[in-house]
Parts: sequence; structure tokens; C-alpha cells
Amino acid sequence: MYLEIITPDKKVFAGEVSSVHVPGTSGQFQVLNNHAPIISTLINGKVKVKTGEGVQMFDVKGGVVEVLKNKVILLAESA
Amino acid sequence: MANLKEVRLRIASVNSTQQITKAMKMVAAAKLRRAQDRITQMRPYASKLKEILQNVAQSVDTSGSGVFAKVRPVNKVLIITCTSNRGLAGAFNSNIIRAVNRLLANRYKSLANEGNVKILAIGKKASDFFSKKPAIYAGHHNEIYNNLEFAGVAAIAEEVMAQFAAGEYDEVHVVYNQFKNAAVQHVMVEQMLPITPPESTESKQVNDYIFEPSQEQIVLELIPKSVKVQLYKAILDSNASEHGARMTAMSKATDNAGDLLKDLRLQYNKARQAAITGEILEIVAGAEALKGK
Repeated sequence: MYLEIITPDKKVFAGEVSSVHVPGTSGQFQVLNNHAPIISTLINGKVKVKTGEGVQMFDVKGGVVEVLKNKVILLAESA
Repeated sequence: MANLKEVRLRIASVNSTQQITKAMKMVAAAKLRRAQDRITQMRPYASKLKEILQNVAQSVDTSGSGVFAKVRPVNKVLIITCTSNRGLAGAFNSNIIRAVNRLLANRYKSLANEGNVKILAIGKKASDFFSKKPAIYAGHHNEIYNNLEFAGVAAIAEEVMAQFAAGEYDEVHVVYNQFKNAAVQHVMVEQMLPITPPESTESKQVNDYIFEPSQEQIVLELIPKSVKVQLYKAILDSNASEHGARMTAMSKATDNAGDLLKDLRLQYNKARQAAITGEILEIVAGAEALKGK
């Protein structure tokens, strides 16, 4: 699935990933392929991105994530 | 005819002025490119945020979404004016100040007379101008341009939102130069608070989203974000416009200096020729006089 992490200052990450962990307001959750559509707000925490090459971590300060048809868009205020 | 030395000095001074304006033009062009990049980079965030807000707003009633959307009777107004810290940018800053003065003189005339309109200056040019009128001056944020980042702008937006929520202001407007291209800027007066709720577009297909924690919560959290983004966009636009305006102004100044130089050179050469002609005449006359002896 395709992931984009966007902040107002720049696009932090864009590419194919196999899974992503996000710190949702009502609890951490993981998004895998074919996840159901979801919109969730985020709290400050770490976003863990698993790609073919390895694992990448991003510190985010609040934000919102939208998952729709294998496209994950994560808007963070800073990352 | 002006004497030779005078003209030579003026040519030298115009020349050095031209070099300065040329350098400023080039610096402004480089900065303009960077400023434009920033706008392009923040655009995806703004459009995605709007999209998500619309998706959420489709099925939930956003009109009652919190204090920031609530329209109150307007008794106190805050106007955020975005200018630059530096001058020499043509009519860039005076256009903004004129627009604000027009607002004060027309739309908010009675409120302004009662002292219920405040100006928050962003940029030294606005703070220099409005700090002379302490009745309407609410402070400045000139330091924002030192390190233009979302975090800094977000802090200002949060401060303003807190004041709005506390009832210090009933309406917040932002006045800025919208960037069209390097030569064209439009002065915009935008309402920042209360926010105009996003209109839910019916044409889009409704997706069965899971909302966490709840639709209302998400809307409540996203609205302040969109306010921050709006202010950030205004300031980025203003920043790009500033460099664009300066580039155009300096380009014109360079051209004008070129024209002036051309005229001065002509004048100089004429004066030089006149001097030479005069000298030759003197020599010939001297020789004539000697021959006659």
C-alpha cells in the first residue's frame, strides 16, 4: 500500500510500505494492506513504517491519518 | 553645460546604484524561488486537510462545531496585517496599509471610532506604521520572518484562537498580498475566525469510514489545524509576494538607472567635445596671433 507523510513544511515520506504503526488518539493501531477506510486523529508519538528495505521511525506531533483503498495519508504538524 | 567633473561623478554614483539594484534583484529572485517552493510544499498538506475535513463533514453537522465556527455579534475585530520587514519592494507594503486603512475608514468605521478594532502587525513595516496609533495597535510578530516555519506561525494562530475563544475578539481577519506571479500581487482580506464551515460536496462518493475517536472530535481537532494552515498560507503567500515585488521594483530601478546612465554619458561626451573644440580654437587663435607678429 502507498503511504504519504505530509507536514506543512515538506513531504516527509512517500512510497510503498507493507505496514505502518500510528499513535491514534484512542490507542495505537497498525495499518496493513487492505485496511478498512478509517480517519483517526493522532497524538504525539512515533510512527513506525515498515518498507521492503527495513523499518523507519518518525516522531509526529499530533495530526490526522486517513486510510482509503490502500492509500494512507498522514498529516502531521511536524515530523 | 554642466562641467565635466560633475557629470563624471554623477555617472559613477548612478553606476554604483545600478550595481546595488541589480544585486538586490538577483537576491530577490533567488529568495522568490525558495519562497515559491515553500508554497508548493505546503499545498498538498492544505488540500489533503481540506479533503479530509470535507470527508468528515459529509455526514456530520459542522455548523455547531465548537467555538471557532460560532458567529457572534461583531463588537471587537482583530485585523492581522502581513507586511515585510524590509522596504524597497515597490508598493508592496503601502498597498497593505492602504487596504487596512480603508477597512478602518469604511467597513469598521464605527467600531474603529470606539476603539474596538485592533491591528496585529506581522512585519516591521506594519508595526512601524500602526505603533504610532496606540489605540488600535495590538502588538507585532516581526520575528516570524527570521525563521519562517509552520511552528512559529502556528503559535501565533493559537494565541489568536485563544483570544477569540475568550471573547476578546468576535471576528479575525487577515490582510495579505496573495502571490499570483513575480509581477502581480493581489491584496486579500480574508476572514480567519469564525471559520466558514466546509461545504460538504454531494458529488463525492461517500466512503464508509471508521472514525476514531468520533466524527465530532475529529472535526473539533481539524478546525484549529485548518485555521493555522490558513494563516501559514497567508504568510507564505505574503513572503513570496514580497520577493516578487522587490524583484520587479529592483528590475525597474536597474532599467531606470540604465536610462539615466545613457543620458549622462551623452551629456558627458558632449561636454568633453565642447571642451576639446574650445581648446583647439584657443590653440588655433594663439597660432594665428603668433603668425601675425
